[in-house]
Amino acid sequence: MAEPGTKASDAVHELAITEGLVDAVTQRLPGARVTCVRLEIGALSGVVADSVRFCFDLVTEGTDLEGAALEITEPAAVCHCRVCGQEFEPDGPIALCPCGSAEVTVLAGQDLKITSVQVA
Amino acid sequence: MCGSCGCGSGAVITLLADRPVPAWLGGHAQPMPDHPHRHVPGHGHHSHGTVRAPDEFLDQDEPHAHHDHDHPRVLQSADSDRTIEIQQKVLAKNDDLAEQNRGWLRERAILAINLMSSPGSGKTTLLERTSRELAGRMAISVIEGDQETALDARRIQAAGSRVVQINTGVGCHLDAEMVARGLRGLDPPSGSIVVIENVGNLVCPALFDLGEEAKVVLASVTEGADKPLKYPHMFRQADLVLLNKTDLLPYVDFNIKQYMADLRMAAPDALLLQISATTGDGIEGWYDWLRRRVPAPHD
Ligand SMILES: Nc1nc2c(ncn2[C@@H]2O[C@H](COP(=O)(O)OP(=O)(O)O)[C@@H](O)[C@H]2O)c(=O)[nH]1
Ligand SMILES: [Mg+2]
Ligand SMILES: [Zn+2]
Ligand SMILES: [Zn+2]
Repeated sequence: MAEPGTKASDAVHELAITEGLVDAVTQRLPGARVTCVRLEIGALSGVVADSVRFCFDLVTEGTDLEGAALEITEPAAVCHCRVCGQEFEPDGPIALCPCGSAEVTVLAGQDLKITSVQVA
Repeated sequence: MCGSCGCGSGAVITLLADRPVPAWLGGHAQPMPDHPHRHVPGHGHHSHGTVRAPDEFLDQDEPHAHHDHDHPRVLQSADSDRTIEIQQKVLAKNDDLAEQNRGWLRERAILAINLMSSPGSGKTTLLERTSRELAGRMAISVIEGDQETALDARRIQAAGSRVVQINTGVGCHLDAEMVARGLRGLDPPSGSIVVIENVGNLVCPALFDLGEEAKVVLASVTEGADKPLKYPHMFRQADLVLLNKTDLLPYVDFNIKQYMADLRMAAPDALLLQISATTGDGIEGWYDWLRRRVPAPHD
């Protein structure tokens, strides 16, 4: 299953997430032939989009989602700094304000959600 | 395969408290003399492994009912395909079950702690000491999550706490459903503490709410000081970070000042306590932290 250069150990962690995704869609739309799933993976969700892509075909095999496309958007996180008061978009997985403070509240970007699916 | 946790072989839950260690540990499932094993079919949409447990608690209600969702809304039709707006968290099912666990725990005034770390950081060692030293002071029971074996549950049992072992097979984390069943098995008394030792791993356990009141991340000085920056998602959610194995500080290259600075960045709101689970150094801070959170028992 692991291709050269793919970290299988990372992908294994995203397997559970990808299975949750398939589970959620098939429960919501039982029997529908799904041709595309649109997923939002927030920058601070803790989930690696590439690993979900890596698992998707494997996990959908034999389900209503087999052969479906996977479209992932990765919205930036939005944080509020409790020291200087500004709102900012952190540029990595660590929410650090440009002022240097780490005393921040995450306002957006932690979600991992299905936004829509396309059915035939 | 289980749809929510990726545990291909299904989670197996075993109650060890108050009774002999079952003989099936080596892979040979054998009924215990007084409490024959009973296989419980998974409820709802898919089978979620096997519970091996005494009959008495299997007859209780399942902790959760299924949640109704709104009907999906059809947005547009393009060609023959229709786009259906869903707007649902991928782990919504787990989140719902976790909320039900939380309600169940609050109703009974039970404090549940989700204890997470890399493998070998010392979670079980900490819980053994905690069980021994708090015996008679606070009632503690433990849900042990491991991929295989009930070795850790036996250690906890030997230290005097009631314990349930959950084996996740290939699954690398506990989920809310496993914990719901573990809680039913333990049936902890009101006013007590349940510590859930999650599967050793700093990735997935951060994603799965179990219904706990607080998340504790255990780190040890032997695994290097870079963990908070490497696993920020895990550390960001921690209410408490326990830095363990401080007895080894003289022998390892671990810059504690740097660690504290990095932890501040990854987890600005977490409290840090330095402990040694083997020598007991600093451990009173952990007990105080627990004591402050234990609710008064209902009568
Ligand atoms: N020196 C030292 N060793 C420890 C300490 N805590 C745990 N260990 C050792 O670390 C190893 C792994 O501990 P264990 O509790 O099984 O870790 P777990 O996988 O997180 O449950 C064991 O050999 C323990 O004896 C500590 O505070 N100091
Ligand atoms: Mg352990
Ligand atoms: Zn994992
Ligand atoms: Zn700032």
